[in-house]
Amino acid sequence: MLSKIVRTVTNEFMLFIAVFGLYIIAHGHLTPGGGFQGGAVIVSGVVMLLVAFNYQEVRKVLRERVLTIMESTGALIFIALAFAGIGAVFFYNFLVGTPILGRIPGPGPNPGDIWTGGVIPLMNLAVGIKVAAGLSAVVLALALFSSGGEAEE
Amino acid sequence: MEHIPLNFPFLAAALLVGIALYIIIFKKNLVKLIMGIALLASGVNLFLVALGYRAGGIAPIYTDAPEGPMVMSVPQALTLTSIVINVAVLALMLTMVIHIYRHTGSLDSEKSRKMKG
Amino acid sequence: MAALITHSPILIIAIPLAAAFLTIPIGMASRKARNALVIGSLTFVVFLVFALARDISINGIHLYTLGATSPDLTIPTGFMVPVRIILEVDGMSIFMGIIWSIVSLAAATYSLSHISSETGQTRFYTLLLLMVTGGFGMMFTGDLFNFFVFIEIASISGAALISFRTRFADTQEGGFKYIVVSAIASLMILFAIGLLYAQYNLLNIGALAQAIQYTTLDKIALALLLIALAMKTGMVPLHLWFPDSYSVAPASITGMLVITSHACMYAAFRICFTLYGGVINAPVVGWIIIIFGLLTMFVGVTMAVFQKDVMRFMSYHAVSQLGYMWVGVGVGLAVLGNTELLSTYGRDAMSGGIFHILNHAMYKPLLFFTGGALFHYTGTRDLTKMGGLAHKMKWTTILYIIGTLSISGIPPLNGFSSKILIYESVYQFHPILTITGIIVSILTLASFTKAFHSAFMGAELPEYKEVKEVPKSMIIGMVILAAGIVFVTLFPSLVVDWAIHPAADALIDQGAYINAVTGAIP
Repeated sequence: MLSKIVRTVTNEFMLFIAVFGLYIIAHGHLTPGGGFQGGAVIVSGVVMLLVAFNYQEVRKVLRERVLTIMESTGALIFIALAFAGIGAVFFYNFLVGTPILGRIPGPGPNPGDIWTGGVIPLMNLAVGIKVAAGLSAVVLALALFSSGGEAEE
Repeated sequence: MEHIPLNFPFLAAALLVGIALYIIIFKKNLVKLIMGIALLASGVNLFLVALGYRAGGIAPIYTDAPEGPMVMSVPQALTLTSIVINVAVLALMLTMVIHIYRHTGSLDSEKSRKMKG
Repeated sequence: MAALITHSPILIIAIPLAAAFLTIPIGMASRKARNALVIGSLTFVVFLVFALARDISINGIHLYTLGATSPDLTIPTGFMVPVRIILEVDGMSIFMGIIWSIVSLAAATYSLSHISSETGQTRFYTLLLLMVTGGFGMMFTGDLFNFFVFIEIASISGAALISFRTRFADTQEGGFKYIVVSAIASLMILFAIGLLYAQYNLLNIGALAQAIQYTTLDKIALALLLIALAMKTGMVPLHLWFPDSYSVAPASITGMLVITSHACMYAAFRICFTLYGGVINAPVVGWIIIIFGLLTMFVGVTMAVFQKDVMRFMSYHAVSQLGYMWVGVGVGLAVLGNTELLSTYGRDAMSGGIFHILNHAMYKPLLFFTGGALFHYTGTRDLTKMGGLAHKMKWTTILYIIGTLSISGIPPLNGFSSKILIYESVYQFHPILTITGIIVSILTLASFTKAFHSAFMGAELPEYKEVKEVPKSMIIGMVILAAGIVFVTLFPSLVVDWAIHPAADALIDQGAYINAVTGAIP
């Protein structure tokens, strides 16, 4: 557990890091980024929390069962979105042209319209949830090992 | 930018791959072996990104793009996939090394070998 | 029903993937529901694979374009080359798919009892289903980078499953060696894919086969790909990690890992025959494969003769049997340019090698499962400590005898049918290959008889009084494979006409593969 100044600043910054990560996930179809990159940014915030507080404190907030359920939910949403287009072909982008996220931009450089892309922003969100939960579980498990504990369950 | 020869990224990738192969073959510490594999992955990723470069090109993004030809975007997608896969592989290898250290007490690949013949 | 068959290539890959992630919440609720989900999804996949095999034998190569407006639309309007990920299933791919579906169903049934005393079983089944997904993806894909992704999925799940029992030290070492070898091999494959993409701007195997010229960079890419895939299948001299990893895994996983190494061998054949088929220097590459295959056969069996650990002993035999397949198909590759020799003995040599893949995939997992049954109650893998187990374990003894007779090539079992096909055809190529094969067969029989005496025969030992026959689900898993062996034993010419000859012809005929992708009309 580091000093009080570090703990307070970490608590403040975790909010900004989470918002930045969600921004990268949400704008994945317009600017560099997407599901994995945004999820990795959120996990770097979790690592910052692990450094400032010790493992026992963080574990009270991020329980392992919740992370496992979030991870499988993200994967199942991704697979369900892929199956939903099976009327034509698997992975078919069935939302293009519909009112949900379905606007079609003109060719060439454009200012960037967020309500485009069809099923891609939704898949970005699912992958972002999965990566954030999965990599957090990995980081927490490694922190558990290095503090000498054994795996429960 | 015009004074750097165009082969420079490929030479850097070859150097990274060469150093990584030297580490994997000749070093005995298990953690150094993992670092060698991470360096090999970095070398291959650099090679993939460098082969997409077109002289004078801009980033392949349509949002607020300036004028000019774009570099190729497919190798960048291949590199992203490779980075994600290597994260999983490295996490798995680190976990196994922790278990080996706990069981045998040593990180030397000669001393922690149990199976011979 | 017709719609099910049209979408079946992607359903075969996606259903185990969906089941893998459904296992986690369902496993938290109820154990029986999770077991039912695993076995049910794998049974449905077996049914789909057989339906697709029947459709391919009637209608030819089956294409599936992911994300297009219809499954056959490989080249979109206004483009000249395929740009999407295309799954292309021909005779050879569906042959490997049939093997993989049957063995994974047997392995999952076997695992129901074999790992029932471990913690974290839900994660075991998730990883097993992910490995099934990776295997099917490797066999069905028609795109080079997609192949890289699926081989990594299969390797990572396989390594995690090998080191699943963390309370032993040797499982961690075996898993570590497996993941290191897989990571290096996959990075070499990625480097070769980069080299090919940089020159031709194509990732699809069919389109690339049409555009390829045999430049120096292409030769480097071919060498890298073949060395990486040979590393994964345990060809000599890159075989030193193979017994270490395969002997410490849970027995059902070892059976599935054997089929994964077959899938890497299938990928090597796909690259040599289909991707580089028109331009490759066939005699040189063929002879290199034959020489290393001979070395593999011989080194594998000589290292196996003096082993004491029963699973390690069987892994060395797996190395040696893989050498037979390399020699058979290598002879076919060496005469690829010469149509007259190809029709005389080349096609038969390839059929022998491919038939041996089928037979090995039936008896080798069966032998590994019996080894796991020996380990299950005695708690040891050491042959010098076991003895007299035939009195209590009657089913295991009978299944072990079937496996031994099969691997040594004793007539009339299925090992004999494929070995005689290889011997007769490679003898016309060069006699030394047949002589080496026969010597290796004799040594195989000798070492398996010694192991049989050591473990099963003899008086009952006092420390094994409580050993009884293994649980029902393990027996059912072994009987599924034994039923496959009996079927191939009774009807070998049926199997060769329906499955093996179409597979060999699909490999030789590069033109059909290319035309399916580039000539398809929406």
